[in-house]
Amino acid sequence: MTTRAIEMHGVRKAFRRRERESGAPWWRRDWKDKVALHELDLAVDAGGVTGILGPNGSGKSTLIRILGTLLTPDAGRALVFGWDVVTEALEVRRHVNRVSVEAAFFKELSPWENMVYAARLYGNRSSGTRRRVVEILELLGLPLDVIDQPMKQLSRGQQQKVAIARSFLTAPSLLLMDEPTTGLDPRSKKEVQTVLETLRAEREITVLLCTHDLDEAAALCDRVLMMDGGSVLADGTPAELCLRYEASTLEDVFMHLTGKTLEAEELEEVAP
Amino acid sequence: MSVGVKHAEVSALFGFAERQLYVYKRYWVWEVVWLFYSIVSVLSIGFLASGLATLGAAGGSFDVRKAQLYLLIGALLWGYLSLVFMEAAYAIAWERWEGTIEYTFMAPVRRITHLMGICLFAIGYGLARTFIVLLVAIAIFNIDFSHANLAGALLVLGASIVPLIGLAILTSVLPLLSPQKGEQMSFAFQGFMLLISGVYYPLTVLPLPLQLAGEVSPLTYALSGMRRSLLEGAGVRDQLPTVAILLLMGAVLIPVGILVFSWAERRAKRLGLLKRSG
Repeated sequence: MTTRAIEMHGVRKAFRRRERESGAPWWRRDWKDKVALHELDLAVDAGGVTGILGPNGSGKSTLIRILGTLLTPDAGRALVFGWDVVTEALEVRRHVNRVSVEAAFFKELSPWENMVYAARLYGNRSSGTRRRVVEILELLGLPLDVIDQPMKQLSRGQQQKVAIARSFLTAPSLLLMDEPTTGLDPRSKKEVQTVLETLRAEREITVLLCTHDLDEAAALCDRVLMMDGGSVLADGTPAELCLRYEASTLEDVFMHLTGKTLEAEELEEVAP
Repeated sequence: MSVGVKHAEVSALFGFAERQLYVYKRYWVWEVVWLFYSIVSVLSIGFLASGLATLGAAGGSFDVRKAQLYLLIGALLWGYLSLVFMEAAYAIAWERWEGTIEYTFMAPVRRITHLMGICLFAIGYGLARTFIVLLVAIAIFNIDFSHANLAGALLVLGASIVPLIGLAILTSVLPLLSPQKGEQMSFAFQGFMLLISGVYYPLTVLPLPLQLAGEVSPLTYALSGMRRSLLEGAGVRDQLPTVAILLLMGAVLIPVGILVFSWAERRAKRLGLLKRSG
């Protein structure tokens, strides 16, 4: 029987913001709800890479944060390997790690110090940690002389590789990757993508990859969900989607569904 | 809790303390500056007492040496207590500033372990820094501890840590409630504690409402207990009622602090406040 890595039933999330209507006096601001996720049903089997494609504000990050126990849904239920993200958050956290678009590090600390901290938090600190860290960084092609340099002295690509290395160190069953290649130069982007390909081939891990890079999704993902405005518009393998919508690329599929291109979308992120 | 989970929680507890140690090593210049500031503050208070004599306060029943010691004990203890207090209280604000708050909150660690880990380091670091300031103060003011009962003073100091942790956890909730104003509110709360806890004067000089507020501040009991041991030689047996009050306050404040923090964390996750930094 296939194990479900993720199950979501009717998950909805909206954020309340105080906003001033155009032309209204400066002191009059009304509460408004912005829906980040409409009632979402989703099932992801364990293993493989599932891509979540969509522009900024489509609900990708909100979805990732709900699965990472950083946000609670307003309605519905989300399960990770059968554990509820709200009522069994601690169990969920033991099996999940996240690589986000901003490398969340103590910038003054070195990769080694940041990784020791991560190993401690996940109960993995042992005498062999340094050896494992070196192995992982070598696998990622990171020069070992950076291991004791402050993170702030590393390039963004190197920081992102350390973020991925840190997630490997904690051996998650579900890896949530929130635009891990956004803002990277082409070479770093390619290197991170190569790491993901290796990961998919060698490790028993489920990856949820949020991106608005359609080529990346086509190359890396076994399954793709296209999202816009907090809803899933299409779901299938890249080849299935192209066939279903008689398109040659995922970009054409997205245009067919939304009438817009992902590159043109630079909207303000809805979700905090 | 299984053995594996217990091991993981202990590992995380020391992980937080170890992380703080790494951070302080990197920011060592800041720490030198803060140490200098602490020394200067304590010396200023000591010289304030000396200055009272030249302003004509000496004479009659006024004992300048006793006043100097009274103020120095207040300044030293406040330096220590406020450092522990603010380290824990800033745990959240500071992670928000570094951009690591979501990573820490996603870790499979109980919140009490997280907060206790921060306090563990703060207590050790606060003691070390205060010891250095104390040595400088002794050298400059020739402080006479010949009448002091150090065992009694240490007992009160140890007991004062317990309610202090509870207060610090309660204060660390503020940046979780309001990303924009929480940090400033922590400062305001610290200032209020300084006002009502009898750091530089007896509570009796305060207006009645502030006296009443001072009566429920654990810092009041910590300071008066330490002064009784250091100035009047009160021993361990004499300090037992003070120790009991401090432990009782801690037994209330720590669970309340954890409960309030848990509520604030749930609220932040509901409203999406963890990521927002401004």
